[in-house]
Amino acid sequence: MWKWLHPYAKTEEAYRLCITLQPWFWMGAIVCLLIGTPWGLAFAPQDYQQGDSFRIIYIHVPSAILSMGTYVAMAVAALIGMVWQWRTAYMTMIAMAPVGAVMTFIALFTGAAWGKPMWGAWWVWDARLTSELILLFLYIGVIALYGAFEDKQQGGKAAGVMALVGVVNIPIIHYSVEWWNTLHQGATISKFDNPSIAPEMLWPLLINLLGFALFIAAVTTVRLRNEIIRRELHRPWVQALATTYFENKRT
Amino acid sequence: MQFDSFSSFLSMGGYAFYVWLSFGVTGGAMIFLVLQSYFQHKSLLNTVVVEQARKARVKKARENASM
Repeated sequence: MWKWLHPYAKTEEAYRLCITLQPWFWMGAIVCLLIGTPWGLAFAPQDYQQGDSFRIIYIHVPSAILSMGTYVAMAVAALIGMVWQWRTAYMTMIAMAPVGAVMTFIALFTGAAWGKPMWGAWWVWDARLTSELILLFLYIGVIALYGAFEDKQQGGKAAGVMALVGVVNIPIIHYSVEWWNTLHQGATISKFDNPSIAPEMLWPLLINLLGFALFIAAVTTVRLRNEIIRRELHRPWVQALATTYFENKRT
Repeated sequence: MQFDSFSSFLSMGGYAFYVWLSFGVTGGAMIFLVLQSYFQHKSLLNTVVVEQARKARVKKARENASM
């Protein structure tokens, strides 16, 4: 059943797959973000309590959801690397880590800029905010641990263990608004049977969520290609690739 | 359109600073990530070419020395 996946364990095949997927991810991301963002900023109705400040939701919620989603994807890649000894899986893991870290930073920053006018404080040591900050530290830890190893296969294993252990933080972030008394509001869109948001507000949010997801996928393909080149520096196919790249640049 | 004019759109019902700060920093962070990834791509490919040239030089020097 999983046989179609096996060729992509080879770095050359994985590199080709990235090149094939990349334009679709970029196009999708640009289209979604160019529709969702202006829709959310100018056309969605005002919130009856928060006025126009609620429009930060169109970047805060997608980045926050996907900061967790990217982490889970990264941990799955680490698990695949450990179980099947795939080098490309570790490369995918490390390609995703900086992207997830940027998403976490965006979620924290937009949350602060939303918290200031609504709660009166940029930051509070609240369960949701603190656990999201720990997520940022986990990403940084994975990147730093990988970077600390001269042997990148060993580095991938060590960083992979850290990524897997850190998964425990994901349910903590998700349920923090239910388990503890918090300033942060509860879930908005994950309650599909009884959504607490009007459809005119929800649509641009879902489009931006898709846009952010495709953006993450696109950047990941670029960074995975980089990681493959870095690890396969001496392979003939990489050398041929670099030569043709600069030849095409010159002409 | 929820706003009567462009200036009222910019003022975001009094929350201009927070809304535009959020969108500005988000856009900046995303653009930075994309540019960094592509610059890294180019510099890595450059490393490959430089390394190849160095190896070729070493090989040539060895051949000359053995002659």
